[in-house]
Amino acid sequence: MPLALPIAAVGMSFGLLAGPLLGAIPSILMSAVVWSGTAQFAALSILTSGGGTALAASAGLLANTRFLPMGFAIAPSMTGGPARRLLRGALLADASFVIGHRGGGRFDISALAWAAPVQYVSWVGGTVVGVAGATAIGDPARWGLDVLFPVFYLSLLLPDLFPEYIQAGGHRARRQADRANRGRASSRNHRPIIVAVLAAGITLALTPVAPPGVPVLVAATAALIGLRPPPQTVTHAGAGDDG
Amino acid sequence: MKTWLLVAVLAVGTVLMKAIGPVLAGGRQPPAPLTRIIALVAPALISALIVTGTFTQGQQLIIDARAAGVGVGAIALWFRVPAVLAMLIAAIVCALLRFAA
Repeated sequence: MPLALPIAAVGMSFGLLAGPLLGAIPSILMSAVVWSGTAQFAALSILTSGGGTALAASAGLLANTRFLPMGFAIAPSMTGGPARRLLRGALLADASFVIGHRGGGRFDISALAWAAPVQYVSWVGGTVVGVAGATAIGDPARWGLDVLFPVFYLSLLLPDLFPEYIQAGGHRARRQADRANRGRASSRNHRPIIVAVLAAGITLALTPVAPPGVPVLVAATAALIGLRPPPQTVTHAGAGDDG
Repeated sequence: MKTWLLVAVLAVGTVLMKAIGPVLAGGRQPPAPLTRIIALVAPALISALIVTGTFTQGQQLIIDARAAGVGVGAIALWFRVPAVLAMLIAAIVCALLRFAA
């Protein structure tokens, strides 16, 4: 699990920052039961700047609203009754979502669920180390660990954007095999690229003006271009004047 | 006391947001337009997470060592370097730039 290290590093940063403000036990407990860096940092930054508990709670929840579209995205790939789905849903995290993603709207729910324990242990363990005072290691950012997330996410996004280009080994090859097995049409689909660029633009535009987490949530609306039928379907239906 | 309340609200609220989709819409194949949208939610969210992790610090937009690291990592991935190696290269570039600064 290449992400155990950066997750522990971010958990450590949280412990370092939260420990003096909230106390050791509440900080660790927060990581253990909330288990979401975005929400915890959002709430913490409100408390640090003198905001009240209600404001901190709303900021934290707002930061996690991206789990709503994520939850609905993984829902069709799930099996079992409501209780089982609730448990699997509760295991959702950013990295799990990316790891379980198989392209074309499909998700490998067991991969997604198996990714959870490693992340959870890294996150809570990192927080404990941070609270205990990680002076020997210093600021984890110094080691460049924070760039591991975007590069990892990128490695799992690229095959979705350029399926016919990326043919290297490992998870990519497996994913390509998945695609082939499903017998999807191999015709060029530019929509994931358009959506990714659109989402990136929305995130950049909203970051300076919106609270943390909101830009990512709004960026999810880029997926709404899927409302339009795909070009090949339009041609098939005989509607020639598509834009 | 207030801290415990904050922790409880965040914990319950987060699980609710994660689980509401799976519980309400789980296991069923939604209508075609919704399926197309769902297929595009992942690229949108992943792209937004990448941008957030690369160019933002709180509410600020910044280009720093992370952007350089991710850029090098992206080039490595494009030339089909395995993901773990690309991550390592990115982290090294980022760390070197931070030491130099």
